[in-house]
Amino acid sequence: MTTGVEDLLRSAAPQVLGTLVRRHGQFDACEDAVQEALLAAATQWPVDGVPERPHAWLLTVAGRRLTDEWRSESARRLREVAVVAQEPEVVEPDPGDRVAADHGPDGDDTLRLLFLCCHPALTGPSQVALTLRAVGGLTTAEIAAAFLVPEATMAQRISRGKQRIRSAGARFTMPPPDERPARLAAVLQVLYLVFNEGYTASAGADLQRTDLTAEAIRLARELHRLTPDEGEPAGLLALMLLTDARRAARTGPDGALVPLGEQDRTRWDRAMIDEGVALVTDGLARWPAGPYLIQAAIAAVHDEAARAEDTDWRQIVALYRLLGRIEDNPMVTLNRAVAVAMAEGAQAGLEVLEPLRSDDRTADHHRLHAVHAHLLEMAGERDEARAAYRRAARLTTSLPERRHLESRAAALG
Amino acid sequence: MKYMLLIHNRPGFVDDLTEEERTALFADVDQIMGELTRSGEFVGGQALADPSTARTVRGVDGRPAVTDGPFAESKEQFAGYVEVDCESVERAVEIAASWPDVRFGGAMEVRAVMHDGGAEM
Repeated sequence: MTTGVEDLLRSAAPQVLGTLVRRHGQFDACEDAVQEALLAAATQWPVDGVPERPHAWLLTVAGRRLTDEWRSESARRLREVAVVAQEPEVVEPDPGDRVAADHGPDGDDTLRLLFLCCHPALTGPSQVALTLRAVGGLTTAEIAAAFLVPEATMAQRISRGKQRIRSAGARFTMPPPDERPARLAAVLQVLYLVFNEGYTASAGADLQRTDLTAEAIRLARELHRLTPDEGEPAGLLALMLLTDARRAARTGPDGALVPLGEQDRTRWDRAMIDEGVALVTDGLARWPAGPYLIQAAIAAVHDEAARAEDTDWRQIVALYRLLGRIEDNPMVTLNRAVAVAMAEGAQAGLEVLEPLRSDDRTADHHRLHAVHAHLLEMAGERDEARAAYRRAARLTTSLPERRHLESRAAALG
Repeated sequence: MKYMLLIHNRPGFVDDLTEEERTALFADVDQIMGELTRSGEFVGGQALADPSTARTVRGVDGRPAVTDGPFAESKEQFAGYVEVDCESVERAVEIAASWPDVRFGGAMEVRAVMHDGGAEM
Protein backbone atom coordinates (compact mmCIF):
# COMPACT_ATOMS: atom_id res chain seq x y z
CA MET A 1 0.00 0.00 0.00
CA THR A 2 1.35 3.43 -0.84
CA THR A 3 1.73 5.82 2.06
CA GLY A 4 -0.71 8.27 0.48
CA VAL A 5 -3.49 5.70 0.34
CA GLU A 6 -2.66 4.48 3.83
CA ASP A 7 -2.79 7.99 5.32
CA LEU A 8 -6.05 8.68 3.55
CA LEU A 9 -7.63 5.47 4.88
CA ARG A 10 -6.40 6.06 8.43
CA SER A 11 -7.84 9.54 8.58
CA ALA A 12 -11.08 8.50 6.89
CA ALA A 13 -11.71 5.52 9.20
CA PRO A 14 -13.20 7.30 12.23
CA GLN A 15 -15.23 9.70 10.11
CA VAL A 16 -16.81 6.94 8.04
CA LEU A 17 -17.44 4.85 11.15
CA GLY A 18 -18.97 7.83 12.96
CA THR A 19 -21.37 8.53 10.11
CA LEU A 20 -22.37 4.88 9.90
CA VAL A 21 -22.98 4.49 13.64
CA ARG A 22 -24.99 7.70 13.65
CA ARG A 23 -27.21 6.32 10.91
CA HIS A 24 -27.60 2.72 11.98
CA GLY A 25 -26.57 2.44 15.63
CA GLN A 26 -24.92 -0.94 16.39
CA PHE A 27 -21.33 0.16 16.90
CA ASP A 28 -19.91 -3.36 16.73
CA ALA A 29 -21.50 -4.31 13.39
CA CYS A 30 -20.62 -0.92 11.88
CA GLU A 31 -17.02 -1.23 13.04
CA ASP A 32 -16.68 -4.62 11.33
CA ALA A 33 -18.21 -3.20 8.15
CA VAL A 34 -15.80 -0.25 8.10
CA GLN A 35 -12.85 -2.56 8.68
CA GLU A 36 -13.93 -4.62 5.66
CA ALA A 37 -14.35 -1.50 3.56
CA LEU A 38 -10.83 -0.36 4.55
CA LEU A 39 -9.41 -3.74 3.58
CA ALA A 40 -11.24 -3.60 0.23
CA ALA A 41 -9.91 -0.09 -0.39
CA ALA A 42 -6.38 -1.12 0.57
CA THR A 43 -6.38 -3.79 -2.15
CA GLN A 44 -8.39 -1.96 -4.84
CA TRP A 45 -7.19 1.64 -4.67
CA PRO A 46 -3.50 1.06 -5.36
CA VAL A 47 -4.56 -0.89 -8.49
CA ASP A 48 -7.62 1.03 -9.72
CA GLY A 49 -6.65 4.44 -8.40
CA VAL A 50 -8.17 6.41 -5.54
CA PRO A 51 -11.84 7.20 -6.19
CA GLU A 52 -12.85 10.80 -6.70
CA ARG A 53 -14.71 10.88 -3.40
CA PRO A 54 -12.91 8.37 -1.17
CA HIS A 55 -15.05 8.94 1.94
CA ALA A 56 -18.26 8.38 0.02
CA TRP A 57 -16.76 5.23 -1.55
CA LEU A 58 -15.88 3.83 1.88
CA LEU A 59 -19.26 4.75 3.27
CA THR A 60 -21.04 3.06 0.38
CA VAL A 61 -19.00 -0.14 0.62
CA ALA A 62 -19.26 -0.28 4.42
CA GLY A 63 -23.00 0.42 4.25
CA ARG A 64 -23.41 -2.38 1.73
CA ARG A 65 -21.46 -4.82 3.92
CA LEU A 66 -23.71 -3.89 6.77
CA THR A 67 -26.94 -4.53 4.87
CA ASP A 68 -25.48 -7.74 3.41
CA GLU A 69 -24.71 -8.85 6.94
CA TRP A 70 -28.21 -8.03 8.17
CA ARG A 71 -29.79 -9.69 5.14
CA SER A 72 -27.84 -12.89 5.66
CA GLU A 73 -28.62 -12.79 9.37
CA SER A 74 -32.34 -12.63 8.73
CA ALA A 75 -31.94 -15.16 5.94
CA ARG A 76 -30.39 -17.57 8.39
CA ARG A 77 -33.19 -16.95 10.78
CA LEU A 78 -35.75 -17.68 8.08
CA ARG A 79 -33.84 -20.83 7.12
CA GLU A 80 -33.58 -19.55 3.61
CA VAL A 81 -30.65 -20.06 1.36
CA ALA A 82 -28.38 -17.06 1.64
CA VAL A 83 -27.23 -15.71 -1.66
CA VAL A 84 -23.65 -14.60 -1.57
CA ALA A 85 -23.51 -11.25 -3.25
CA GLN A 86 -20.50 -10.62 -5.41
CA GLU A 87 -18.83 -7.32 -4.78
CA PRO A 88 -19.01 -5.22 -7.98
CA GLU A 89 -15.67 -4.30 -9.49
CA VAL A 90 -16.41 -0.61 -9.56
CA VAL A 91 -18.33 0.98 -6.75
CA GLU A 92 -20.38 4.02 -7.64
CA PRO A 93 -20.93 6.03 -4.49
CA ASP A 94 -24.46 6.94 -3.69
CA PRO A 95 -24.62 10.67 -4.44
CA GLY A 96 -26.45 11.17 -1.18
CA ASP A 97 -23.57 9.74 0.84
CA ARG A 98 -21.67 12.65 2.19
CA VAL A 99 -19.62 12.14 5.29
CA ALA A 100 -20.11 14.76 7.95
CA ALA A 101 -23.08 16.23 6.16
CA ASP A 102 -25.67 15.24 8.74
CA HIS A 103 -23.94 16.41 11.88
CA GLY A 104 -21.64 19.07 13.23
CA PRO A 105 -17.91 19.36 12.77
CA ASP A 106 -16.54 16.02 11.54
CA GLY A 107 -14.17 15.80 14.47
CA ASP A 108 -16.95 15.30 16.99
CA ASP A 109 -17.38 11.75 15.77
CA THR A 110 -13.69 10.98 16.25
CA LEU A 111 -13.90 12.26 19.81
CA ARG A 112 -17.05 10.23 20.52
CA LEU A 113 -15.29 7.15 19.14
CA LEU A 114 -12.26 7.73 21.35
CA PHE A 115 -14.48 7.97 24.41
CA LEU A 116 -16.37 4.84 23.39
CA CYS A 117 -13.25 2.75 22.68
CA CYS A 118 -11.66 3.82 25.98
CA HIS A 119 -14.85 3.13 27.95
CA PRO A 120 -14.14 2.05 31.55
CA ALA A 121 -16.02 -1.24 31.06
CA LEU A 122 -13.17 -2.43 28.80
CA THR A 123 -9.86 -3.89 29.98
CA GLY A 124 -6.72 -1.89 29.16
CA PRO A 125 -5.58 -4.19 26.33
CA SER A 126 -9.08 -4.10 24.76
CA GLN A 127 -9.17 -0.29 24.94
CA VAL A 128 -5.82 -0.11 23.17
CA ALA A 129 -6.76 -2.64 20.47
CA LEU A 130 -10.18 -1.16 19.74
CA THR A 131 -8.87 2.43 19.65
CA LEU A 132 -6.17 1.51 17.14
CA ARG A 133 -8.68 -0.32 14.93
CA ALA A 134 -11.76 1.91 15.12
CA VAL A 135 -10.09 5.30 15.43
CA GLY A 136 -6.63 4.56 14.01
CA GLY A 137 -7.89 2.51 11.07
CA LEU A 138 -5.26 -0.20 11.59
CA THR A 139 -6.06 -3.81 10.73
CA THR A 140 -6.21 -6.50 13.39
CA ALA A 141 -3.12 -8.11 11.81
CA GLU A 142 -1.16 -4.86 12.03
CA ILE A 143 -2.10 -4.33 15.67
CA ALA A 144 -1.24 -7.94 16.53
CA ALA A 145 2.17 -7.63 14.83
CA ALA A 146 2.87 -4.38 16.68
CA PHE A 147 2.10 -5.94 20.06
CA LEU A 148 3.78 -9.27 19.22
CA VAL A 149 0.76 -11.47 19.86
CA PRO A 150 -1.06 -13.84 17.47
CA GLU A 151 -3.75 -12.24 15.32
CA ALA A 152 -6.40 -14.48 16.91
CA THR A 153 -5.47 -13.10 20.35
CA MET A 154 -5.81 -9.51 19.16
CA ALA A 155 -9.10 -10.28 17.35
CA GLN A 156 -10.41 -11.68 20.61
CA ARG A 157 -9.47 -8.52 22.53
CA ILE A 158 -11.34 -6.45 19.97
CA SER A 159 -14.48 -8.57 19.98
CA ARG A 160 -14.47 -8.82 23.76
CA GLY A 161 -14.13 -5.05 23.94
CA LYS A 162 -17.16 -4.65 21.69
CA GLN A 163 -19.16 -7.10 23.81
CA ARG A 164 -18.33 -5.05 26.90
CA ILE A 165 -19.45 -1.87 25.16
CA ARG A 166 -22.72 -3.55 24.25
CA SER A 167 -23.41 -5.04 27.66
CA ALA A 168 -22.47 -1.80 29.43
CA GLY A 169 -25.05 -0.05 27.26
CA ALA A 170 -22.42 2.51 26.27
CA ARG A 171 -23.72 5.02 23.73
CA PHE A 172 -22.10 6.86 20.84
CA THR A 173 -22.40 10.18 22.63
CA MET A 174 -20.18 12.58 24.52
CA PRO A 175 -19.84 11.62 28.20
CA PRO A 176 -21.83 13.80 30.62
CA PRO A 177 -19.82 16.75 32.04
CA ASP A 178 -19.30 15.13 35.46
CA GLU A 179 -17.76 12.01 33.86
CA ARG A 180 -15.76 13.83 31.26
CA PRO A 181 -12.47 14.39 33.17
CA ALA A 182 -12.16 10.69 34.08
CA ARG A 183 -13.13 9.58 30.58
CA LEU A 184 -10.64 11.98 29.00
CA ALA A 185 -7.95 10.70 31.37
CA ALA A 186 -8.65 7.16 30.11
CA VAL A 187 -8.26 8.28 26.48
CA LEU A 188 -4.98 10.04 27.30
CA GLN A 189 -3.69 6.97 29.08
CA VAL A 190 -4.51 4.67 26.15
CA LEU A 191 -2.73 6.97 23.69
CA TYR A 192 0.30 7.24 26.00
CA LEU A 193 0.42 3.44 26.34
CA VAL A 194 0.44 3.09 22.56
CA PHE A 195 3.19 5.69 22.33
CA ASN A 196 5.37 3.97 24.92
CA GLU A 197 4.92 0.56 23.34
CA GLY A 198 6.36 1.98 20.11
CA TYR A 199 8.95 4.24 21.70
CA THR A 200 10.54 1.62 23.94
CA ALA A 201 10.53 -0.83 21.02
CA SER A 202 12.83 1.48 19.09
CA ALA A 203 15.68 0.08 21.19
CA GLY A 204 15.13 -3.23 19.44
CA ALA A 205 14.78 -1.40 16.11
CA ASP A 206 11.56 -3.23 15.29
CA LEU A 207 10.13 -0.96 12.61
CA GLN A 208 6.60 -2.29 12.66
CA ARG A 209 6.40 -1.66 16.38
CA THR A 210 7.92 1.81 16.23
CA ASP A 211 5.09 2.77 13.82
CA LEU A 212 2.96 2.81 16.96
CA THR A 213 4.80 5.96 18.03
CA ALA A 214 3.78 7.82 14.88
CA GLU A 215 0.22 6.53 15.23
CA ALA A 216 0.02 7.66 18.86
CA ILE A 217 1.32 11.12 17.92
CA ARG A 218 -1.17 11.34 15.07
CA LEU A 219 -4.08 10.46 17.39
CA ALA A 220 -2.82 12.79 20.15
CA ARG A 221 -2.58 15.60 17.61
CA GLU A 222 -6.15 14.88 16.53
CA LEU A 223 -7.32 14.79 20.16
CA HIS A 224 -5.61 18.11 20.88
CA ARG A 225 -7.25 19.66 17.81
CA LEU A 226 -10.67 18.42 18.99
CA THR A 227 -10.25 19.62 22.59
CA PRO A 228 -8.73 23.08 22.13
CA ASP A 229 -9.99 24.17 25.55
CA GLU A 230 -8.21 21.50 27.58
CA GLY A 231 -4.62 21.47 28.80
CA GLU A 232 -3.86 17.78 29.22
CA PRO A 233 -4.27 16.74 25.56
CA ALA A 234 -1.85 19.56 24.67
CA GLY A 235 0.46 18.27 27.41
CA LEU A 236 0.30 14.69 26.13
CA LEU A 237 1.05 15.74 22.55
CA ALA A 238 3.96 17.89 23.77
CA LEU A 239 5.30 15.05 25.93
CA MET A 240 5.23 12.64 22.98
CA LEU A 241 6.95 15.12 20.65
CA LEU A 242 9.63 16.06 23.18
CA THR A 243 10.33 12.38 23.94
CA ASP A 244 10.28 11.12 20.36
CA ALA A 245 12.57 14.01 19.33
CA ARG A 246 15.40 12.09 21.06
CA ARG A 247 14.72 8.79 19.31
CA ALA A 248 17.67 8.85 16.87
CA ALA A 249 20.11 9.45 19.73
CA ARG A 250 18.73 7.02 22.30
CA THR A 251 20.33 3.89 20.82
CA GLY A 252 23.89 3.31 19.66
CA PRO A 253 24.77 1.80 16.27
CA ASP A 254 24.75 -1.66 17.89
CA GLY A 255 21.26 -1.12 19.37
CA ALA A 256 22.56 -0.47 22.92
CA LEU A 257 20.64 2.09 24.99
CA VAL A 258 22.34 5.48 25.37
CA PRO A 259 21.45 7.35 28.61
CA LEU A 260 20.08 10.88 28.26
CA GLY A 261 23.27 12.44 29.63
CA GLU A 262 25.44 10.71 27.02
CA GLN A 263 23.27 11.26 23.93
CA ASP A 264 24.56 13.12 20.87
CA ARG A 265 22.22 16.10 21.12
CA THR A 266 22.90 17.23 17.57
CA ARG A 267 20.87 14.19 16.50
CA TRP A 268 17.75 15.37 18.35
CA ASP A 269 14.89 16.50 16.13
CA ARG A 270 14.80 20.32 16.40
CA ALA A 271 11.42 20.75 14.71
CA MET A 272 9.72 18.34 17.12
CA ILE A 273 11.39 20.03 20.09
CA ASP A 274 10.28 23.49 18.92
CA GLU A 275 6.70 22.32 18.46
CA GLY A 276 6.69 20.57 21.84
CA VAL A 277 8.19 23.54 23.67
CA ALA A 278 5.65 25.88 22.10
CA LEU A 279 2.79 23.60 23.20
CA VAL A 280 4.10 23.42 26.79
CA THR A 281 4.73 27.15 27.04
CA ASP A 282 1.27 27.97 25.74
CA GLY A 283 -0.32 25.22 27.85
CA LEU A 284 1.22 26.28 31.16
CA ALA A 285 0.19 29.87 30.50
CA ARG A 286 -3.44 28.92 29.87
CA TRP A 287 -4.26 26.03 32.19
CA PRO A 288 -3.45 24.76 35.67
CA ALA A 289 -0.62 22.26 35.34
CA GLY A 290 -1.84 18.66 35.02
CA PRO A 291 0.38 15.54 35.02
CA TYR A 292 1.00 15.46 31.25
CA LEU A 293 1.77 19.17 31.01
CA ILE A 294 4.24 18.86 33.89
CA GLN A 295 5.94 15.80 32.41
CA ALA A 296 6.13 17.64 29.08
CA ALA A 297 7.67 20.63 30.86
CA ILE A 298 10.33 18.33 32.36
CA ALA A 299 11.06 16.85 28.92
CA ALA A 300 11.29 20.41 27.56
CA VAL A 301 13.90 21.39 30.17
CA HIS A 302 16.03 18.40 29.10
CA ASP A 303 15.55 19.07 25.40
CA GLU A 304 16.45 22.75 25.67
CA ALA A 305 19.86 22.08 27.21
CA ALA A 306 22.47 22.19 24.45
CA ARG A 307 24.82 20.06 26.57
CA ALA A 308 23.88 17.62 29.37
CA GLU A 309 25.80 19.77 31.88
CA ASP A 310 23.64 22.79 30.96
CA THR A 311 20.48 21.03 32.21
CA ASP A 312 18.52 23.14 34.70
CA TRP A 313 18.19 20.41 37.34
CA ARG A 314 16.73 22.77 39.96
CA GLN A 315 13.79 23.47 37.71
CA ILE A 316 13.36 19.73 37.10
CA VAL A 317 13.38 19.11 40.88
CA ALA A 318 10.66 21.75 41.30
CA LEU A 319 8.57 20.21 38.52
CA TYR A 320 8.84 16.70 40.01
CA ARG A 321 7.78 18.14 43.40
CA LEU A 322 4.72 19.66 41.74
CA LEU A 323 3.98 16.38 39.97
CA GLY A 324 4.35 14.46 43.24
CA ARG A 325 1.72 16.67 44.85
CA ILE A 326 -0.79 15.83 42.06
CA GLU A 327 -0.23 12.08 41.92
CA ASP A 328 1.08 9.78 44.63
CA ASN A 329 3.37 7.65 42.51
CA PRO A 330 6.69 6.26 43.76
CA MET A 331 8.10 6.49 40.20
CA VAL A 332 7.79 10.27 40.46
CA THR A 333 9.83 10.21 43.68
CA LEU A 334 12.37 7.97 41.98
CA ASN A 335 12.81 10.47 39.14
CA ARG A 336 12.99 13.32 41.64
CA ALA A 337 15.80 11.50 43.45
CA VAL A 338 17.88 11.59 40.25
CA ALA A 339 17.15 15.29 39.73
CA VAL A 340 17.98 16.11 43.36
CA ALA A 341 21.26 14.20 43.05
CA MET A 342 22.16 16.21 39.96
CA ALA A 343 21.19 19.52 41.57
CA GLU A 344 22.45 19.03 45.13
CA GLY A 345 24.78 16.04 45.05
CA ALA A 346 24.53 12.24 45.27
CA GLN A 347 23.96 12.16 49.03
CA ALA A 348 20.86 14.37 48.81
CA GLY A 349 19.50 12.13 46.04
CA LEU A 350 20.10 8.98 48.08
CA GLU A 351 18.12 10.50 50.96
CA VAL A 352 15.11 11.06 48.66
CA LEU A 353 15.45 7.47 47.45
CA GLU A 354 15.74 5.86 50.89
CA PRO A 355 12.01 5.47 51.74
CA LEU A 356 11.36 3.78 48.37
CA ARG A 357 13.77 0.96 49.27
CA SER A 358 11.32 -0.29 51.88
CA ASP A 359 8.16 0.58 49.90
CA ASP A 360 6.47 -2.63 48.70
CA ARG A 361 5.56 -0.98 45.40
CA THR A 362 9.20 -0.33 44.48
CA ALA A 363 11.48 -2.48 46.65
CA ASP A 364 11.89 -5.13 43.93
CA HIS A 365 11.50 -2.85 40.93
CA HIS A 366 14.47 -2.82 38.58
CA ARG A 367 14.18 0.98 38.15
CA LEU A 368 14.73 1.53 41.87
CA HIS A 369 17.92 -0.53 41.83
CA ALA A 370 19.12 1.08 38.59
CA VAL A 371 18.69 4.58 40.06
CA HIS A 372 20.19 3.47 43.38
CA ALA A 373 23.20 2.08 41.52
CA HIS A 374 23.61 5.30 39.55
CA LEU A 375 23.51 7.46 42.69
CA LEU A 376 25.92 5.14 44.54
CA GLU A 377 28.29 5.38 41.58
CA MET A 378 28.04 9.20 41.73
CA ALA A 379 28.82 9.00 45.46
CA GLY A 380 31.94 6.94 44.73
CA GLU A 381 30.58 3.76 46.35
CA ARG A 382 31.82 1.47 43.60
CA ASP A 383 31.23 -1.92 45.25
CA GLU A 384 27.71 -1.11 46.36
CA ALA A 385 26.97 0.46 42.98
CA ARG A 386 28.13 -2.66 41.15
CA ALA A 387 25.93 -4.87 43.32
CA ALA A 388 22.91 -2.61 42.74
CA TYR A 389 23.47 -2.59 38.94
CA ARG A 390 23.63 -6.40 38.98
CA ARG A 391 20.46 -6.60 41.03
CA ALA A 392 18.69 -4.24 38.59
CA ALA A 393 19.94 -6.32 35.64
CA ARG A 394 18.44 -9.44 37.19
CA LEU A 395 15.08 -7.79 37.84
CA THR A 396 14.40 -6.16 34.47
CA THR A 397 12.48 -8.04 31.78
CA SER A 398 13.92 -5.88 29.00
CA LEU A 399 16.86 -7.32 27.05
CA PRO A 400 18.42 -3.92 26.10
CA GLU A 401 18.08 -2.69 29.69
CA ARG A 402 19.69 -5.84 31.04
CA ARG A 403 22.57 -5.44 28.64
CA HIS A 404 22.99 -1.77 29.59
CA LEU A 405 22.93 -2.51 33.33
CA GLU A 406 25.35 -5.42 33.01
CA SER A 407 27.84 -3.24 31.17
CA ARG A 408 27.53 -0.50 33.82
CA ALA A 409 28.30 -3.10 36.49
CA ALA A 410 31.25 -4.43 34.47
CA ALA A 411 32.65 -0.89 34.01
CA LEU A 412 32.97 -0.65 37.79
CA GLY A 413 35.51 -3.49 37.73
CA MET B 1 3.50 -8.50 30.08
CA LYS B 2 4.08 -11.95 28.71
CA TYR B 3 4.56 -14.90 31.04
CA MET B 4 5.50 -18.47 30.35
CA LEU B 5 3.67 -20.90 32.63
CA LEU B 6 5.87 -23.99 32.76
CA ILE B 7 3.98 -27.17 33.60
CA HIS B 8 5.89 -29.76 35.63
CA ASN B 9 4.36 -33.07 36.49
CA ARG B 10 5.12 -36.72 37.19
CA PRO B 11 5.30 -38.49 33.82
CA GLY B 12 2.42 -40.93 33.43
CA PHE B 13 0.38 -39.51 36.31
CA VAL B 14 -2.66 -39.66 34.05
CA ASP B 15 -2.35 -43.49 33.95
CA ASP B 16 -3.26 -43.68 37.64
CA LEU B 17 -6.45 -41.70 37.24
CA THR B 18 -9.89 -43.23 36.86
CA GLU B 19 -11.67 -42.76 33.54
CA GLU B 20 -13.91 -40.22 35.23
CA GLU B 21 -10.96 -38.23 36.62
CA ARG B 22 -9.23 -38.28 33.24
CA THR B 23 -12.31 -36.97 31.46
CA ALA B 24 -12.70 -34.25 34.08
CA LEU B 25 -9.01 -33.29 33.74
CA PHE B 26 -9.19 -32.91 29.96
CA ALA B 27 -12.47 -31.00 30.21
CA ASP B 28 -10.83 -28.63 32.73
CA VAL B 29 -7.89 -28.03 30.41
CA ASP B 30 -10.28 -27.30 27.53
CA GLN B 31 -12.26 -24.94 29.71
CA ILE B 32 -9.31 -22.91 30.95
CA MET B 33 -7.84 -22.74 27.42
CA GLY B 34 -11.22 -21.50 26.19
CA GLU B 35 -11.35 -18.83 28.90
CA LEU B 36 -7.82 -17.61 28.14
CA THR B 37 -8.60 -17.49 24.43
CA ARG B 38 -11.81 -15.54 24.94
CA SER B 39 -10.15 -13.05 27.28
CA GLY B 40 -7.47 -12.33 24.68
CA GLU B 41 -4.68 -13.47 27.02
CA PHE B 42 -3.67 -16.70 25.31
CA VAL B 43 -0.53 -16.35 23.21
CA GLY B 44 0.51 -19.96 22.67
CA GLY B 45 1.36 -23.26 24.25
CA GLN B 46 2.52 -26.81 23.61
CA ALA B 47 2.38 -30.14 25.36
CA LEU B 48 5.56 -32.21 25.21
CA ALA B 49 5.92 -35.92 24.49
CA ASP B 50 6.90 -38.22 27.36
CA PRO B 51 10.40 -37.49 28.74
CA SER B 52 11.40 -41.14 28.09
CA THR B 53 11.55 -40.14 24.41
CA ALA B 54 13.89 -37.22 25.09
CA ARG B 55 17.54 -36.90 24.02
CA THR B 56 19.87 -34.68 25.99
CA VAL B 57 22.94 -33.08 24.48
CA ARG B 58 25.71 -32.09 26.91
CA GLY B 59 29.16 -30.72 26.46
CA VAL B 60 31.71 -33.37 27.49
CA ASP B 61 35.32 -32.22 27.23
CA GLY B 62 34.11 -29.36 25.06
CA ARG B 63 32.28 -31.64 22.58
CA PRO B 64 28.57 -32.36 22.38
CA ALA B 65 27.62 -35.78 23.71
CA VAL B 66 24.13 -37.21 23.29
CA THR B 67 22.39 -39.35 25.91
CA ASP B 68 18.87 -40.83 25.99
CA GLY B 69 16.41 -39.40 28.49
CA PRO B 70 15.65 -35.99 29.98
CA PHE B 71 18.12 -33.39 31.22
CA ALA B 72 17.14 -33.45 34.89
CA GLU B 73 16.72 -36.55 37.07
CA SER B 74 13.64 -35.72 39.07
CA LYS B 75 10.22 -37.11 39.87
CA GLU B 76 8.50 -34.17 38.15
CA GLN B 77 9.40 -33.40 34.58
CA PHE B 78 8.78 -30.47 32.26
CA ALA B 79 5.57 -31.44 30.49
CA GLY B 80 4.62 -28.38 28.45
CA TYR B 81 3.97 -24.67 28.62
CA VAL B 82 1.33 -22.01 28.18
CA GLU B 83 2.28 -18.48 27.18
CA VAL B 84 -0.06 -15.69 28.27
CA ASP B 85 -0.05 -11.93 27.83
CA CYS B 86 -1.73 -10.46 30.89
CA GLU B 87 -1.80 -7.30 32.96
CA SER B 88 0.18 -8.37 36.02
CA VAL B 89 2.22 -11.15 37.56
CA GLU B 90 -0.64 -11.62 40.03
CA ARG B 91 -2.95 -12.48 37.13
CA ALA B 92 -0.35 -14.88 35.69
CA VAL B 93 -0.11 -16.62 39.06
CA GLU B 94 -3.91 -16.78 39.26
CA ILE B 95 -3.99 -18.55 35.87
CA ALA B 96 -1.26 -20.94 37.02
CA ALA B 97 -3.16 -21.68 40.23
CA SER B 98 -6.23 -22.71 38.27
CA TRP B 99 -4.28 -25.00 35.93
CA PRO B 100 -5.61 -28.57 36.50
CA ASP B 101 -2.17 -30.23 36.90
CA VAL B 102 -1.78 -28.43 40.23
CA ARG B 103 -4.58 -30.59 41.68
CA PHE B 104 -2.71 -33.77 40.68
CA GLY B 105 0.62 -33.16 42.33
CA GLY B 106 2.06 -31.03 39.56
CA ALA B 107 3.74 -27.63 39.81
CA MET B 108 3.50 -24.54 37.66
CA GLU B 109 6.46 -22.22 37.33
CA VAL B 110 5.58 -18.64 36.33
CA ARG B 111 8.39 -16.90 34.44
CA ALA B 112 8.30 -13.45 32.86
CA VAL B 113 9.33 -13.42 29.21
CA MET B 114 12.07 -10.95 28.25
CA HIS B 115 11.17 -8.33 25.65
CA ASP B 116 13.22 -6.12 23.38
CA GLY B 117 11.79 -2.77 24.45
CA GLY B 118 13.86 -0.57 26.69
CA ALA B 119 13.80 2.82 28.38
CA GLU B 120 16.97 4.84 28.71
CA MET B 121 18.03 4.99 32.34
